[in-house]
Amino acid sequence: MNKILEARFIAPDIKLFRIEAPLIAQKRKAGQFVIVRVHEYGERIPLTIADSNEEEGSITIIVQGIGKTTKLLNTLEAGNYILDVVGPLGKPSEIENFGTAVSIGGGVGTAIAFPTAKALKEAGNYVISIIGGRTKELVILEDEMKEVCDEVYPTTDDGSYGFHGLVTDKLKELINEGRKIDFVLAIGPIPMMAAVAEVTRPYGIKTVVSLNPIMVDGTGMCGGCRAVINGKTMFVCVDGPEFDAHQVDFSILTKRNKMYLPQEKHSLEKFMCNLDKMAMEVENARVNA
Amino acid sequence: MPELTPKERMAIQRHHMPEQDPEVRNKNFDEVNLGYDAALAMAEAERCLRCKKPVCIQGCPVAVKIPDFIMMVAEGRFKEAAAILKEDNTLPAVCGRVCPQETQCEQVCVVAKKAEPVAIGYLERFVADWERMNIGIQVPEIKEKTGKKVAIIGGGPSGLSCAGDLIRMGHDVTVFEALHEIGGVLIYGIPEFRLPKEIVKAEVDGLKAMGVKFETNFIVGLTKTIDELLQEYDAVFIGVGAGLPYFLNVPGEHLNGVYSSNEFLTRVNLMKAYDREHADTPVFDMTGATVAVFGGGNTAMDAVRTSLRLGAKKAMIVYRRTEAEMPARIEEIKHAKEEGVEFILLAAPIELLGDENGWLRAMKLQKMELGEPDASGRRRPVPIPGAIEEIPIDAAIVAIGNGSNPIISKTTPDLKVNKWGNILVDEATMKTNKKGVFAGGDIVTGGATVILAMGAGRTAAKAIDEYLKNPDVW
Ligand SMILES: Cc1cc2nc3c(=O)[nH]c(=O)nc-3n(C[C@H](O)[C@H](O)[C@H](O)COP(=O)(O)OP(=O)(O)OC[C@H]3O[C@@H](n4cnc5c(N)ncnc54)[C@H](O)[C@@H]3O)c2cc1C
Ligand SMILES: Cc1cc2nc3c(=O)[nH]c(=O)nc-3n(C[C@H](O)[C@H](O)[C@H](O)COP(=O)(O)OP(=O)(O)OC[C@H]3O[C@@H](n4cnc5c(N)ncnc54)[C@H](O)[C@@H]3O)c2cc1C
Ligand code: SF4
Ligand code: FES
Repeated sequence: MNKILEARFIAPDIKLFRIEAPLIAQKRKAGQFVIVRVHEYGERIPLTIADSNEEEGSITIIVQGIGKTTKLLNTLEAGNYILDVVGPLGKPSEIENFGTAVSIGGGVGTAIAFPTAKALKEAGNYVISIIGGRTKELVILEDEMKEVCDEVYPTTDDGSYGFHGLVTDKLKELINEGRKIDFVLAIGPIPMMAAVAEVTRPYGIKTVVSLNPIMVDGTGMCGGCRAVINGKTMFVCVDGPEFDAHQVDFSILTKRNKMYLPQEKHSLEKFMCNLDKMAMEVENARVNA
Repeated sequence: MPELTPKERMAIQRHHMPEQDPEVRNKNFDEVNLGYDAALAMAEAERCLRCKKPVCIQGCPVAVKIPDFIMMVAEGRFKEAAAILKEDNTLPAVCGRVCPQETQCEQVCVVAKKAEPVAIGYLERFVADWERMNIGIQVPEIKEKTGKKVAIIGGGPSGLSCAGDLIRMGHDVTVFEALHEIGGVLIYGIPEFRLPKEIVKAEVDGLKAMGVKFETNFIVGLTKTIDELLQEYDAVFIGVGAGLPYFLNVPGEHLNGVYSSNEFLTRVNLMKAYDREHADTPVFDMTGATVAVFGGGNTAMDAVRTSLRLGAKKAMIVYRRTEAEMPARIEEIKHAKEEGVEFILLAAPIELLGDENGWLRAMKLQKMELGEPDASGRRRPVPIPGAIEEIPIDAAIVAIGNGSNPIISKTTPDLKVNKWGNILVDEATMKTNKKGVFAGGDIVTGGATVILAMGAGRTAAKAIDEYLKNPDVW
């Protein structure tokens, strides 16, 4: 049981939680994640540790409500408890001084990229951050990124804020301007990461993506999170989640992530109908435990 | 009642285990075996010859005093029977259900020479269930506190048995478990219809009542390392199980609809996907599906029978050798057949074929024949040239065993492991090369059995107790 110390929406459907987790706060490094379970019949979902505070013994997670579990999680408030939080999982990001590094986040991917961008800066890189959103409200963590990066470029698909276009358009612009780019980190929806990989491939720019397969245990025990990297099967929860973008088979990942589409849809519909009832279930679980 | 003569005892037929009808049970997750009642148990107990040299005890990895407890059952003294059982076995309700008795105690039972062996497993189960349901699990005597602290890594059978012994010896014991529930394979692997979770929970509650502390959601190596634990604890026992699923390494294993048995069983058991109404964790919709399970062990039988219960129309076991070589318990194979599982023997998958959306649609099987015996003495299956068959399937479950999960070894570089990642120990004491650190169960032996894991936990507990008294000797 982990207590929520702070909970606030930072964009529509995107909520930031600061939760008590002293041991994880001590151990975690940029790029690692936790697995969370919200109620007795709940599923285990992976969420990146966006930040931590060792003194307070807390970690920060940023959650986009897209399905049953994330939406349920996003109904919780400060003072509530999360049933299970386990970690830190996955390999930490490989941080070195590459020179100039570009961190690209699409949607909630920016939250996942944030800790690594921060670590890249701390390691001496010149860090450029591209923050993509469909529309203005979905551009997140701009202020936080500004604090840890040298340049920050918000982009929106509809042109409502910042650069009008996709994150890849902004990246191409930087490359065409002749900026020397030594390293790219791209985290977001699979099509975005695949597109970034294609932009940097011809230039041979080292590019890292963070994969988001469906997970269960997060410890290498089930193999459900397997992805194909350079023709080889890897377990993303222990061998990743970060991999060389130029070696990832994005097509297999895309298909595997659709494995439970009908069940997820059903689960979400049922949840939306029962939102009140479900919130009560959580409340009861909390009281009982 | 007058004492029976051995001859009279031998004349009594083994009493059948009452069970659910196969056509009913293959659609529900309730326990298949219903258990003896007191009358059946007492009648079966009369079959035991009370041998002067009870060889059955030698057949039991933890040396349960079998004839002693059976004699108590015969007299209807079930409470005493339970006390005798538990002197040697921490989890009798579990072992009575899942031990391979046919290769252990019952194999060597003297009665087996002429008739069917005494149903030692069924009697063990009866006694443990009787205790739990009638008087509650009794808390055994606990020695005066020693003030020494032991950390147990992993809440599976090896860890639980080690914890149970150490707490009785008066030590302070904390079990660290990676998952959100305690029990290891007993909780996430072995299905409800073979081992109700309630039984595992009751056993764990028994340990809690004895003072064992449990920390779930704690991955040793990641949340804290062994070296960090050693700063707080006087000794550490590693019982982390196998926990790294092997795949076949054939093309198509990434297709949707292909599972490792660990993933499939974890979704259904630990994550409760069998309860579609309530559980959020999804599992492949087996309704009307054709399923192939690769392997011939207990895990394969559990996966195939679970598939049937989730609604599969056709569920098959695909195994490289013949039924005689199957490592599964005989009862599981028998139950699987009764429930309608098909067996494709002497065949190995060489490819999984998918459709354009990445879903499994068929398997390609290579037919085998038995060749020369291999190192283990079993005849090696060899491919019959050209004998390849394609069979349409909707789901496939790979149940060919587990390697050792590297989290502990990677985060404890000075711990010696063999080339498969199994921790190296001194078998008499379960000591590793690292001072204060012991290990046992599947992480040492590779995938084995519940009772061997428990036996290892016991051996370690004894050695840990000695080490705590004399920590300078390693
Ligand atoms: C290493 C890693 C880090 C992540 N970090 C974050 C983060 O910081 N913030 C954030 O909002 N999201 C993050 N995600 C994604 C997040 O885990 C999924 O959005 C969440 O599991 C969806 O669950 P749901 O029930 O709400 O939606 P569902 O309706 O169940 O699923 C929606 C989609 O999410 C994916 N998904 C479903 N179940 C899982 C699962 N158990 N594990 C992983 N993906 C799943 C599937 O692709 C699915 O199509 C991360 C994923 C991974 C693998
Ligand atoms: C499906 C299935 C059916 C089986 N059927 C039978 C049967 O009928 N009869 C029989 O005798 N045997 C059976 N077995 C085998 C038997 O279950 C195992 O041999 C036994 O459980 C091994 O016990 P263990 O304590 O070594 O490990 P496990 O039971 O594997 O328990 C290890 C525990 O350690 C935890 N862990 C792992 N890493 C860490 C870490 N770093 N930090 C903290 N915790 C950690 C795991 O989550 C797990 O809970 C079966 C196995 C399976 C998979
Ligand atoms: S060997 Fe068989 S008959 Fe002899 S004591 Fe053991 S259980 Fe009884
Ligand atoms: S989530 Fe189970 S192995 Fe990665």
